[in-house]
Amino acid sequence: MSAVTDTARAVVPGGSFGQSVRDSLVVAKRNLIRMTRIPEMVLFGIIQPVMFVVLFTYVFGGSMQIGDSTDPGVYKDFLMAGIFAQTVTFATAGSAAGIADDMQKGLVDRFRSLPMARGAVLTGRTVADLVQTSITLLVLAAVALIVGWRTGSAAPSNAGEILAGFGLLLLLGYAFTWIGALIGLSVRTPEAATSGGLIWLFPVTFVSNAFVDSSQMTPWLRHIAEWNPFSATVQACRELFGNPGVVQSDAWPMQHPVWASVIWSVLIIAVFRTLAVRKYRQADG
Amino acid sequence: MPGAIYAEGLVKTFGNVRALDGVDLDVPEGTVLGLLGPNGAGKTTAVRCLTTLLRPDSGKAVVAGIDVLRNPNEVRRSIGLSGQFAAVDEYLTGRENLHMVGQLYQMRAKQAKARAVELLEQFNLTEAADRTTKTYSGGMRRRLDLAAALVVSPPVMFMDEPTTGLDPRNRQQLWEVIKQLVSGGTTLLLTTQYLEEADHLAHDICVVDHGKVIARGTSDQLKARTGGERVEVVVQEREHIATAGEVLRGFGKGETTVEEHTRRLTVPVTGGAKLLAEVIRELDTRGIGIDDIGLRRPTLDDVFLSLTGHLAEQRDEESGESGESGENGKNGKNAENGGTAATKGQKRKKEDAK
Repeated sequence: MSAVTDTARAVVPGGSFGQSVRDSLVVAKRNLIRMTRIPEMVLFGIIQPVMFVVLFTYVFGGSMQIGDSTDPGVYKDFLMAGIFAQTVTFATAGSAAGIADDMQKGLVDRFRSLPMARGAVLTGRTVADLVQTSITLLVLAAVALIVGWRTGSAAPSNAGEILAGFGLLLLLGYAFTWIGALIGLSVRTPEAATSGGLIWLFPVTFVSNAFVDSSQMTPWLRHIAEWNPFSATVQACRELFGNPGVVQSDAWPMQHPVWASVIWSVLIIAVFRTLAVRKYRQADG
Repeated sequence: MPGAIYAEGLVKTFGNVRALDGVDLDVPEGTVLGLLGPNGAGKTTAVRCLTTLLRPDSGKAVVAGIDVLRNPNEVRRSIGLSGQFAAVDEYLTGRENLHMVGQLYQMRAKQAKARAVELLEQFNLTEAADRTTKTYSGGMRRRLDLAAALVVSPPVMFMDEPTTGLDPRNRQQLWEVIKQLVSGGTTLLLTTQYLEEADHLAHDICVVDHGKVIARGTSDQLKARTGGERVEVVVQEREHIATAGEVLRGFGKGETTVEEHTRRLTVPVTGGAKLLAEVIRELDTRGIGIDDIGLRRPTLDDVFLSLTGHLAEQRDEESGESGESGENGKNGKNAENGGTAATKGQKRKKEDAK
């Protein structure tokens, strides 16, 4: 029985916040190792937004009006903030599928039977997804530059502002992965989680200022688009990147897009993290 | 003093299905309790309640001296759980899996690593240690899953159908591992639908059906409840059945049953091996050729049948059912499945009786 006492002594002393961080990192590491073992998942995650960039730029670019301009070059500069934002929110589906998969394979049961911090499984997942989103965003920005996207094309911009823009994008992406976590815990199969994590994102990302000039929408739709949490981040990025198409509107989020973007993201994290962790603790399998 | 695993009046309902309907358990330290029952009997629900995964609607549970409902996290430090699935990450190597679980048991990274090496050795997985578990066979995954449950050498272990879906050879191997483990003083609660497994591994057995414990005792005590031993003979020639029947009637303490097509005769007896020798001599004297003869004690199958009116598991459905490991997932739904299996079983019993 000496093995028992030895392992008991090897245990890290408790301390709930420190333990929470440690456990989350252990789980995040596990998810990142998985990523390296399934590189095709990362690859598909990159190919899809790259395809969007190319399709929107060359297919839609010629027939879109931004402000007074129908110049495809202007649409290109307008578009990228929208595509970036859409890309980070699409990580939701990955989080949802990953967690649903862990539930189905019994891993969530294993984790729940361990003396670990309660939120760590979900935090570890969302943090790993954030890493993946960052990689995707980096590649996407490079592709955008290649097809001709330039910051400061409509208004002055500096490096700090550009970085802040990407920071807001990652914050939005992180917030949305918590929605994904809740979806993943609520459905029965990873397949359902993938579609459940994705379909609602189409109205959210299209009824917005991401791909078209929302000031040209019918009033009621425009109203929704301007208060859409997603639009705030897009607007903020356009402002920070110095890109064209910044909406002139009376709506508060459009006037203070950076603040609106931060507030929306923090609010989403607060609400969905609470709901997801509660659901995880009660997960009856 | 309550045992290492103690439960009193556990009730858990899913919708209108009472998955647990007042279960009492008491497992003394260092012993093995076999929770035996068909699919949907409530075995998994009981394990989930005792391992803090599920909150019972009412009742009391104490594991390793700790109240499960009041201090679930304390309980988690003292238990190991090996569920119906081999719950290991298929994209991680065996070593990485064990290392991760060790760290989540709050071991320091270095100790967790050292412990992983020890366990890989003990479970004969050293060679495969650095391969992703996706490449493992079913038996290897189960062994790794069991190893993960043993990372902190917990004093109390729970195993939910540890050998479901394994082939006989892997099942034997896992039994050996479990026996070794128990000989080290671990208290174990094991659920199974294989009567043979409970017979083999458990000191005490609780038979569960429809969320209730319907019988408990040692394997021998349960068998004794079903009745005594029997002599079973298979004669070589069909025309000898009648004569053999006469011989058996001479020794028997009850009615002789005859299966014409298998040339098998069975008769209840008392007197054990000595009597068996006499039966053989008498048959030999009369020149009756024997294919097979033996003293048959009641199996747990017989016990189960006599207690519940249906078999624990229909043998011919075994392959189909072992693939369905859904009890873990949707308990409510499966409790209903259990219900239909029970009706099937009752039909079967009537056919057997004819």
